[in-house]
Amino acid sequence: MFQDIGEILLLLGRTLRALPHTLRQQRKVCDQLFEIGNASLLMACVLSLFIGGVLALQTGPTLAERGLQSFIGQLVGLAVCRELAPVMMAVLIAGRIGSAMAAEIGSMRVYQEIDALRTMNINPVHYLVLPRLIAISIGLPVLVLFAILVGWMGGAIVSCFNEAIAVSFESYFNSLRQGIEPLDVVNGLLKSFAFAVVIGVVSCHQGLSTIGGPRGIGRSVTKAVVNSIVLILLLDYFLTRILMHLHT
Amino acid sequence: MNAPAPQGIGLQVRDLCKSYNGHAVLNHLTFDVPAGEIFVLMGPSGSGKTVLLKHLIGLESPDAGEILVAGQPVSDPGVMTRYRVAMVFQSGALLNSLTVGENVGLYLSEHRLKPPADIARVVAEKLELLGLKGTTDKTPAELSGGMKKRVAIARALVVEPQLIFYDEPTSELDPLIAVTIGREILNLNRRLQVTSIVVTHDRDLAFGIADRVALLHEGEILALGSPDDVQANPNPLVQRFLKADFRFTPEPALP
Ligand SMILES: Nc1ncnc2c1ncn2[C@@H]1O[C@H](COP(=O)(O)OP(=O)(O)OP(=O)(O)O)[C@@H](O)[C@H]1O
Ligand SMILES: [Mg+2]
Repeated sequence: MFQDIGEILLLLGRTLRALPHTLRQQRKVCDQLFEIGNASLLMACVLSLFIGGVLALQTGPTLAERGLQSFIGQLVGLAVCRELAPVMMAVLIAGRIGSAMAAEIGSMRVYQEIDALRTMNINPVHYLVLPRLIAISIGLPVLVLFAILVGWMGGAIVSCFNEAIAVSFESYFNSLRQGIEPLDVVNGLLKSFAFAVVIGVVSCHQGLSTIGGPRGIGRSVTKAVVNSIVLILLLDYFLTRILMHLHT
Repeated sequence: MNAPAPQGIGLQVRDLCKSYNGHAVLNHLTFDVPAGEIFVLMGPSGSGKTVLLKHLIGLESPDAGEILVAGQPVSDPGVMTRYRVAMVFQSGALLNSLTVGENVGLYLSEHRLKPPADIARVVAEKLELLGLKGTTDKTPAELSGGMKKRVAIARALVVEPQLIFYDEPTSELDPLIAVTIGREILNLNRRLQVTSIVVTHDRDLAFGIADRVALLHEGEILALGSPDDVQANPNPLVQRFLKADFRFTPEPALP
């Protein structure tokens, strides 16, 4: 995987250089965006409802024992918007959209569709990679924004109805409002943007370098998802460090 | 019609070599295809015809040797923007995510060469020419093998190429359509001097349209010349390939 990083960065560079062509590819960007929303929005909401809920469930009773339950809104709120929503949504999207990108581009590669594009003097980076990368870079942060809001709700519901915690909606959201600045949400969105770029470029690169028949496509899909997730988790640590540094 | 009249462009191959995993597929090939010629490449399956075409259009890079298109190395990215070159793939290589019409019009729409209405007209024209009327909105998955091949040919013709490569254009077609395709290759060449390089196993097609024929065998050119010269070539391998037919004498029955 790590020997591919040079190539991946190269592909990223070539895609960034193709950015001025975005307007020409706007229809494909919209198609991809629709694909992302359609495939993942509902799933993202359900997932984050439970993530917020389980976080409250795990931490609430301990806080309550020490009489700190009034802080639960702040705790769940911060954890969801700075860490859990960006990371979990990135993992979800790597599995749903990254895999589809690698499979689609990989099969185009195997069945010579990309060769056909090249003979028509159509640059596969402009035609295939650029719209996908742009769509995911817009789509994932939007999805994360939804996930944050729904995740907070999940935490609120559990905090309110679990008798070991028993914090009212009002005091949950009061604590959340006091403990969280808009910058914390921006922080999470920035992270998700970086993760989106990783998923997009890793999956497209994997698709483009597919060799062999249908089995090669399968291998590419697996590698795209696994490599994206590994890179996301590694990057997450360093991004957290950097963003914390900027924050203070 | 304000179609620019493309003039054919020539092609030169110098000492071209390529091996895959130590197995030489193209072995020091040298030949020229002058502008406006129909050059037919024949040869047994696996002799490297498709590999050769991929090199000629710049999809693969050779281990050694060079390929010049209109006097410039095909690896130079400018060549494909300055000249119109097209290829019909052996498998068709249609984009499965697009409809037939979008496939055929892809070159024009992607390079913004014509307004959408004109593209639709050109696409319909080409599809009709190849007997594919009414397939515009189908997807490639809904077509038969032969129909896909014809769509691929339509897609290449839309480019109005100056140099065109056909990889077995008639391999999946019935004899009637094969004749139509052959006539179209000839037409395009005679009307606009399009240089055409045709890989085929179809001897009738080959000798019917070729200005020159080359016979490739294990990565080397076994025979090259006018159709008559090649047919008269005394090399037994050439004769075996050209004369092979189904009319064999059955072995005598055992007593
Ligand atoms: N990418 C590749 N990697 C390894 N070997 C290859 C590759 N492409 C082609 N070959 C080999 O090169 C040889 C020639 O293949 P090619 O496809 O050019 O044959 P062909 O003359 O077009 O045959 P056919 O008439 O059956 O289409 C074959 O032995 C094939 O195994
Ligand atoms: Mg072939």
